[in-house]
Amino acid sequence: MRSRRKVEASPAEKAGRWADERFGPSGPMRNLLNKVFPDNWSFMLGEVALYSFIILLISGTYLTFFFDTSMTEVKYHGHYTPLDDVTMSRAYSSTLKLSFDVRGGLIIRQIHHWAALLFVAAMIVHMMRIFFTGAFRKPRETNWLIGSTLLLLGILEGFLGYSLPDDLMSGTGLRIAFSIILSIPVVGTWLAYAIFDGTFPGTEIIGRFYIVHVLLIPGIILALISVHLALVVKQKHTQFPGPGRTERNVIGERILPTYAAKAGGFFALVFGVLAVLGGLTQINPVWLWGPYTPSQVGAGSQPDFYMLFAEGSMRLFPSYETHFPGYTISSIFWPAVVLPGVLFTLILIYPFLEARLTRDRASHHLLQRPRDVPVRTALGAMALTFWVVLVASGSNDIISFKFAISLNATTWIGRILLILAPPIAYAITYRVCLGLQMHDREVLEHGIETGIIRRLPSGEFIEIHQPLGPVDDHGHGVLQYAGAPVPKKMNGFGDLGRKALGFFTPVEQTPANGHDRDGHGGEDKAKELTGGRR
Amino acid sequence: MTSSDGHHDEPVQPTDEQLAAMSQEQKMLAGAAAGGVHVIRREERFPTPGTKAEKRAERLVSSMFLLGALGALGFMVVYVAVPWRFHLGNNSYRFFTPLLGACMGIALFGIGAGAVLWAKKLMPEEIVVQERHDPASDAFDFQTTGATIVQGVEDTGIARRSMLRRSIGVGAGAVGLMALFPLGGLLRKPRGELFRTPWTAGVRLIQYDGRPVRPEDMQPGSLATVFPDVPGGLEDANAPTMLIRLRAGEKVTARNGQGDFMWGTYIAFSKICTHAGCPVSLYEQQSNRLLCPCHQSQFDVLLDGTPVFGPAARPLPQLPIDVDNEGYFVARSGYHEAVGPAFWERPN
Ligand code: FES
Repeated sequence: MRSRRKVEASPAEKAGRWADERFGPSGPMRNLLNKVFPDNWSFMLGEVALYSFIILLISGTYLTFFFDTSMTEVKYHGHYTPLDDVTMSRAYSSTLKLSFDVRGGLIIRQIHHWAALLFVAAMIVHMMRIFFTGAFRKPRETNWLIGSTLLLLGILEGFLGYSLPDDLMSGTGLRIAFSIILSIPVVGTWLAYAIFDGTFPGTEIIGRFYIVHVLLIPGIILALISVHLALVVKQKHTQFPGPGRTERNVIGERILPTYAAKAGGFFALVFGVLAVLGGLTQINPVWLWGPYTPSQVGAGSQPDFYMLFAEGSMRLFPSYETHFPGYTISSIFWPAVVLPGVLFTLILIYPFLEARLTRDRASHHLLQRPRDVPVRTALGAMALTFWVVLVASGSNDIISFKFAISLNATTWIGRILLILAPPIAYAITYRVCLGLQMHDREVLEHGIETGIIRRLPSGEFIEIHQPLGPVDDHGHGVLQYAGAPVPKKMNGFGDLGRKALGFFTPVEQTPANGHDRDGHGGEDKAKELTGGRR
Repeated sequence: MTSSDGHHDEPVQPTDEQLAAMSQEQKMLAGAAAGGVHVIRREERFPTPGTKAEKRAERLVSSMFLLGALGALGFMVVYVAVPWRFHLGNNSYRFFTPLLGACMGIALFGIGAGAVLWAKKLMPEEIVVQERHDPASDAFDFQTTGATIVQGVEDTGIARRSMLRRSIGVGAGAVGLMALFPLGGLLRKPRGELFRTPWTAGVRLIQYDGRPVRPEDMQPGSLATVFPDVPGGLEDANAPTMLIRLRAGEKVTARNGQGDFMWGTYIAFSKICTHAGCPVSLYEQQSNRLLCPCHQSQFDVLLDGTPVFGPAARPLPQLPIDVDNEGYFVARSGYHEAVGPAFWERPN
């Protein structure tokens, strides 16, 4: 108390004091700033998604200053003369205005579109990382559910945004969307009418999509992201097995200063990439498509990539309509409503399914290498293959055109592959995983092939193997596999983490050199690891 | 309990005197340890300050930041000075957006790379171990919280008072239902719009520019998109129709009861795909097939619009046509079935 009056406080200290006396944030804030982030490139994928979303919010807000949601018909008289005097909706003409009559408007629009693609793509890849490393296991199932919901919302949000300009492409997409809603048995017609305010196209849909696109869904996404991140802080990061890493700790760097600087820089880099894409590569040039009219369609019209799987499934599904007396189930109900519904349900319930089938009820904070869980990895490969076949079939007209194959052939190839390729992918992946596992064990037992051939006095040739650690009486390595990468080349020895941090044995499992078996609290660990620095 | 994580083995907090005697770094480390975070390795990247290597690293980082500044400056110059208005035939506007993107990219790349390099090259290298505790609370917290909740609920007496329980159920349920009702404002009763098009008997077939069509306007083997000559006929989503003139000798196998829909070698189909409603746009003369570009359904004209490939399950509806006494095409009636994709209420 006395010291405060005596020593002249710096402005920063004064500000800190001001805040602390009112909100008392010091303890929680210090702990937050000391949060430890494990260092692995694959942990940045979720960050890319987060940053893209922030960029979407910034660029999207700018776009709202100029966009007009009205579907009233006007004659265009802006600076883009090729469309002069063409009748179009105000939504479309304001998109043209945004692109041609607002200085710098076009680049913001293109950044927004690219950011949307990156947002969804990053979520998909991030999700694959989570899946293949088992990061969704207890206690993180909730975050898996939130993440999957975010992906679904991201796709929906992208589709809504893409529909707003009311150009020929988006109008075609809207019409298909109307037909898909219409296809739902019993309630479809009423539902479609409720959304479109009557039959397609009506005069309301763009205004409705707009408010959902700029307020409702972004709000939900923002809320879900907050919970997602709060849970990451509360539950702490997972980490790959490695020296010193146990179920009871997280090893890495703290937010301040290193991680904050890296993350801030990484945000700028992501933004930079989107800026270059938005400036240098044209995306969705709506002025070339023209305004929507129900009688026209652009050749090779394609939705954005994240919708291609639905497009593909609509293309591949056979012409199968169900008839009851007086009623019909449209053929598009199955590929466009049921199939995506089943896929997303499977994604959502996967963590619970796996826990139930493997009877694994323990908490896991150490990640798994995909090879160590062959069944899951193979299932993932199977699902991805299914998805890729659908995506490729979603652009089979372009594939046919580019490779001069008949359309009918590509459709049939797609149908057959959709059934055959996933099981094949499963089998191959499973075998590859087992092979990789065996190789790991082999290197642990016999050492690394050095490429040095020696001739024994008996005349026999042998290759010298470098053991990875201590060996037993038969010259076999005694190190056990511990879920961490095993170096397979002589210059791969440093691969297991920071240089001097012990050697390729996680500290919790080092029978050979006498470290203790179970990870104690941090104090002991700290000593041990520092001691291991040599 | 200073830590938010509820630790069991709290490190002893230093006394006020000890705190006063600590250096800033010691305080930082003590604070980390109090939260279960142990800095087990902390090294300056350049233990001896002022070496050449350190200066080089510093120069690298600041040159990145300056590059960023340069990019930002470039952006501002481009934004103000480069021509950006679209002019047909004058391409100078084309550089505006790419230049903006390049400058913005350089600006952000410089800042981003600078920050990352700073962290990697100059900030102290740390290895930090954070303790991880089971997120579950300890028995005391868990049981007292549980007791608080259960006691709170019990104090309301809801378990005993079944009348209250039922009536609050009814009340809350009714209020919830009430909240749903305004959504009824969204509902629109389908009044058969899906079964109707503007086509009726005697309506002329006009092209997009408003010209009516005469038989002699069309070459054999050609297709014209036509609309009903009624107000709003050009914009109606279900009206677009394809008028096709077959080549000599081609015969259409008519579907049930559609034998007299054609006029000579002229035949008209709805343009709205029966799959998902895209306009069927491509007419392949050689094979007499109509192709929908959306999901590649193919319809055979000579089979009266029956789908022969792809996902569409129903033939394109045919419009009965005639020629009026002025020599222009007219519809003899509207479509005899709903056009476009199937829906629940559609009889088959
Ligand atoms: S809309 Fe024509 S094939 Fe799907």
